[in-house]
Amino acid sequence: MNDLVSHAPPAFVKEGGNPYPELFRRDYAAQSPAFAPIYKTSVLRSPRNALLSIDHTLSETTGPMFGQNELGMLDNDLITNYAKGGEAIGPRIIVHGYILDENGRGLPNTLVEFWQANAGGRYRHKNDTYLAPIDPNFGGCGRTLTDENGYYYFRTIRPGAYPWRNYVNSWRPAHIHFSLFGNAFAQRLITQMYFEGDPLIKVCPIIKTIPDEEAIQRLIAPLDLNASVPDDTMAYRFDMVLRGRRSTLFENRLEGN
Amino acid sequence: MSVKYLKETASQTAGPYVHIGLAPHQAGFDIFQNNFDNNLVSATTRGAQIIIEGRVYDGSGSLVRDALIEAWQANADGRYNHPGDRQKTGSVDPNFRGWGRACTDFETGIFRFYTVKPGCVAGREGKVMAPHINLWIVARGINIGLNTRMYFADEEKANESDPVLRGIELKQRRETLLAKPSQKDGKTIYTFDIVLQGENETVFMDV
Repeated sequence: MNDLVSHAPPAFVKEGGNPYPELFRRDYAAQSPAFAPIYKTSVLRSPRNALLSIDHTLSETTGPMFGQNELGMLDNDLITNYAKGGEAIGPRIIVHGYILDENGRGLPNTLVEFWQANAGGRYRHKNDTYLAPIDPNFGGCGRTLTDENGYYYFRTIRPGAYPWRNYVNSWRPAHIHFSLFGNAFAQRLITQMYFEGDPLIKVCPIIKTIPDEEAIQRLIAPLDLNASVPDDTMAYRFDMVLRGRRSTLFENRLEGN
Repeated sequence: MSVKYLKETASQTAGPYVHIGLAPHQAGFDIFQNNFDNNLVSATTRGAQIIIEGRVYDGSGSLVRDALIEAWQANADGRYNHPGDRQKTGSVDPNFRGWGRACTDFETGIFRFYTVKPGCVAGREGKVMAPHINLWIVARGINIGLNTRMYFADEEKANESDPVLRGIELKQRRETLLAKPSQKDGKTIYTFDIVLQGENETVFMDV
């Protein structure tokens, strides 16, 4: 994914014009429609009116920034960050990759948050009543900041699949939820990572809401033996892409800030 | 041949357990030392402190009790705390990031933000945007986060010339973006309900 690409030039703006370089418009053809009846909960939670398309202003092209001092030392280690005298149960894995924009540039110092079920497919959540047991040493959430190249990593256990009420006998493939910020509020994104080879991927209604097969494939993390720790932890590689921006000015400003 | 760019990653629903990752206290446990929450202000934040309060409704008129809402806003001077904001007027408030997240309550369905009223912000081509707060809504059943803006009903004059409000063709739909002020225990509360679908459906934006 890094062997790229093209760079967009700075936007040509007149004095007093658009105050800050715009983001690329979102390609809704590659995103799930709001109304996707195979995912039943979307039926009543999807707007019926067309979205109002607005030109970008500072409100869309800026966004919150976070610092390392806001995170704890163990926030990116789900094996130990909720340990109560033991370690989380399940296959130990590393998940790592880059947060890029559509120009192929890494997004530095951006907050990445993640959450998941435990190895048995049970969430530590007061609304989850699945009969698989809670793991007393596993919270199921973490967060990290990307480095100067947009790279992130964390350690966790491989989550289990679990049943859910959509059709009778619907099962979610094993997955990890991701929340991404980028550097503009209009880049805000939540997605899910799946695991290479999981037979449930093909039959998952939530995945099937995505109209583009290639976009689905990009949500499936391959095993990455080169990043695995022998005799200890397997690794999966998962890159994510947020909307591009027209200019490289931002990075320069950030360093000088 | 076409120009090659990477493609934005496909969004997926935040799901019913979004609270675990983004608001673990609401999920029912304590894990991080520092939690991101719905309080954007401290005692030293400049500006008029306000509370935003609302509910989220689905297409049947039922409360959505598992939504997560994020707010991103300028400070009282109309400045965003971000290096991309190069407006000449006002200044950034170091005690105000301008971002927070709130969840609808599992019982009452109410969400709240504790913040300050933002100032006007420079828009495109010399126009001025009325005070507003950018909102992003995710939940189970929402495949891709919904963007909208909350404006203030008591900013009639500024609202009248706001380029985004004016861009809403059906005038009655502009009302869905106006938060109504009231006073309670000496505090200013703005009520802003979000309707995902149906009559009075909130105007959502392709940003």
